[in-house]
Amino acid sequence: MGVAETYDRGRRIAVEQPLLIVLIFVGVLLLVDLVRQLATGDLTVARLITLTWDGLMRGLVIGLAGIGLSMTYSILNFANFAHGDYITAGAFSGWAVTYIIAGGFGSETDIGALAMVGAGGSVFGGALGINVAETPVAVIAGILVAGGVTIALALAIDRYGFKPIRDAGGIPLLITSIGIAFALRYVMLFVFGSDTRGTTAIGSIPNVRPEIGGGTVQFTAHDLALIIVAGGLMLGVHLLLQRTKLGKAMRAMADNESLARISGIPTERVIRSTWIIGGGLSGVAGYMFVLWKGTIAFNDGWLLLLLIFAAVILGGIGSIYGSILGGLVIGVTASTAVIWIPSGFARAAAFAVMILVLVVRPQGLFSGRTTA
Amino acid sequence: MLLALLLGIYALYLIGGLIIGFPFRGLMNQLGQLTFWIAVFGMAALALNLQWGYTGLFNIGIVAFMATGVYVTAILSKPVYGSGTSAAEVGGLGLPLWIGILGGMLAAALLGLIAALPALRLRADYLAIVTIALSEIVRFSLLSDTLSGGDPENDIAGYRIGLGGGDGIILDYGDPLERFISALSWPLDLVLGTDDVLWEEVYLGVIVDSIGLVISPNPKPVVDNFVYAALLLVIMGGFYALLVRTGNSPFGRVLKAIREDEDVTNALGKNTNRFKIKSFMVGCALMGLVGILWFGTQGSVTPNTFRPRITFYVWIALIIGGSGSNTGSVLGGAIFAAFLYQGPRYFKNIVESALGDPSAPSSFGPAVGQFPDVVPFLLYTLDSLRQLQLVIMGLVLIWLMHNRTEGVLGHRKEIAASVPLSRPERSPSGAVAADGGERDE
Repeated sequence: MGVAETYDRGRRIAVEQPLLIVLIFVGVLLLVDLVRQLATGDLTVARLITLTWDGLMRGLVIGLAGIGLSMTYSILNFANFAHGDYITAGAFSGWAVTYIIAGGFGSETDIGALAMVGAGGSVFGGALGINVAETPVAVIAGILVAGGVTIALALAIDRYGFKPIRDAGGIPLLITSIGIAFALRYVMLFVFGSDTRGTTAIGSIPNVRPEIGGGTVQFTAHDLALIIVAGGLMLGVHLLLQRTKLGKAMRAMADNESLARISGIPTERVIRSTWIIGGGLSGVAGYMFVLWKGTIAFNDGWLLLLLIFAAVILGGIGSIYGSILGGLVIGVTASTAVIWIPSGFARAAAFAVMILVLVVRPQGLFSGRTTA
Repeated sequence: MLLALLLGIYALYLIGGLIIGFPFRGLMNQLGQLTFWIAVFGMAALALNLQWGYTGLFNIGIVAFMATGVYVTAILSKPVYGSGTSAAEVGGLGLPLWIGILGGMLAAALLGLIAALPALRLRADYLAIVTIALSEIVRFSLLSDTLSGGDPENDIAGYRIGLGGGDGIILDYGDPLERFISALSWPLDLVLGTDDVLWEEVYLGVIVDSIGLVISPNPKPVVDNFVYAALLLVIMGGFYALLVRTGNSPFGRVLKAIREDEDVTNALGKNTNRFKIKSFMVGCALMGLVGILWFGTQGSVTPNTFRPRITFYVWIALIIGGSGSNTGSVLGGAIFAAFLYQGPRYFKNIVESALGDPSAPSSFGPAVGQFPDVVPFLLYTLDSLRQLQLVIMGLVLIWLMHNRTEGVLGHRKEIAASVPLSRPERSPSGAVAADGGERDE
């Protein structure tokens, strides 16, 4: 045995999935090129770490927001294109509160301008000195409000947008969600304006800059805040799904809705819980993304949405752990892609990864397991 | 019905313009533009109808195919880069425009093939995600500096070609309308022994000059707009004829069968994947053509024009009209163009000129700041109407999905047989042919 069997299996894989072989080959090639770049000094270790770290942070946001998308996708059976704008809505509502608190409820500047998150360029986050170490109350209040407002928004949209056509099938729901996405996005544009503006006091964020491999790598307090918030919430979702009755009901519904209903699971209540969890997580993800990145714009969520879809599909739709892992992979891919390709294509590379996954392994990494 | 609707729309626009007392020239320009948009959205909706209405392929990356069409046409037909073309940062291959247009359509079809191959084996909504991701990939590629072609070191075989990067690309391949009329003029020139008689003598000499009696000075842009829009309407007629023919052909019947139940169609021995790919590619080529016609007269085009919202426009047009119906697609295109796309802008123009161009608050804060006074808020709303337009469109889409999924012309009965099943009409002579129908001539 041994040789013949291994050879046989190898041949079977080669015949069944020629593309997989090609992909593995390309992957090895990229790795070899990475080692070459490191050896010749085209790429310093510090830069590699910076890019990977940046990708991991982005991946945490994508994964966190992806949990909600993945849950609604598997339980309600449609791709919700409005999810990206839930993220933006969370970000703007949370930051409005942070601005108001950090601005001393209007003592420093007009409260209206504060609530508009500096629309029209009259207030700047940098001037208010917002960061997690100096204005922790404002940030924490912002996180809570971001989650709360997004939950309320998601529930309201479900009540008036999705519930009336719950049984119409995936495509009408998808089209409706596109309509909701556009309406929501441009209402936000109407209220908050179209310019991208800074939110945090970039210069004064506490950070450490260790010297690693021929350069400095920067880790900031906002990285830490993102890790704590995202990690905590992910753990919470894990416990919820595995330990509680609601989690069990959700997993049952994702598997087979009719069976769940005749088993006495209150499906509407489970759907509501799904929106509460998904909306809350996406709102917090939006807030944390803006905190980490330091700027806010009305189409942040939309730009993130396609990466989130990529992560959810990569992880396998419905799988919570899949979407977290998928988020990290997509985040790191999008940010380290610049090592091999021009920076203009970094985002395109992440989408290309998604399309490749669809070709090679459409069921995703965590295949066949829904909401677990 | 379609004609009545169109006449109604034009009447409405005319009345709106007359109430405000628009000058005749402005009014004509409005109508020319309106016709242009009706034709563009009608054509796009027809192309989408082939994919979604006939075959059930969910394409939300329409804008990618439009962009591909425009850019490939530009690369093929722009004049070769030389020292004289400093205004156009990158050049093209200098081929005739019709080759460029064919090339653009072909490229859009090939892109469609690339999108369709991975997605067709999978669930319907995966195609949606793949196509929208593709449309963003195309936009980011167009934006990239690497492919912009501005750098002389990247010249390809002596040609400095590229996509122009974020600055966009100048479409200096000549006015498509002039090119088209000149091409039509060719047989006449051969007979009369003249040069470009249709453009020089008939178009510039007769039509433009006679309009010049009414609109002066400089009547040419107005006439150009009108004639180009009319040309687009004719092409839209071509789209319509093509789609109706396709729909009634055996090919089209397979497509509709796939839409209704792919497994059964497969079981009947049709290679459904091949049919789907073909229909998808034809639809994408048509979308490429729409893109070329849409942006071809603008003189230049930038990548950020091709945001997903254009896809959204076309979808609304199709859904309003009713997917699956060609007449509905045209109707939907007209309704969308008149009431959702051009309407709010026209309305804004009318109100602003009536109010004498008031200055609006610059942002939402000052607009609601003086709360009991609602005038600033109303002015701000009016000023932001272009953005609010998308909110209105979103709400219309939601309303349609809730209340009229089948659109205006949906729920038609479709004849499943290839021969008409309705009662045959009696022959005009009154005598029923005894031998079963075929009459001797």
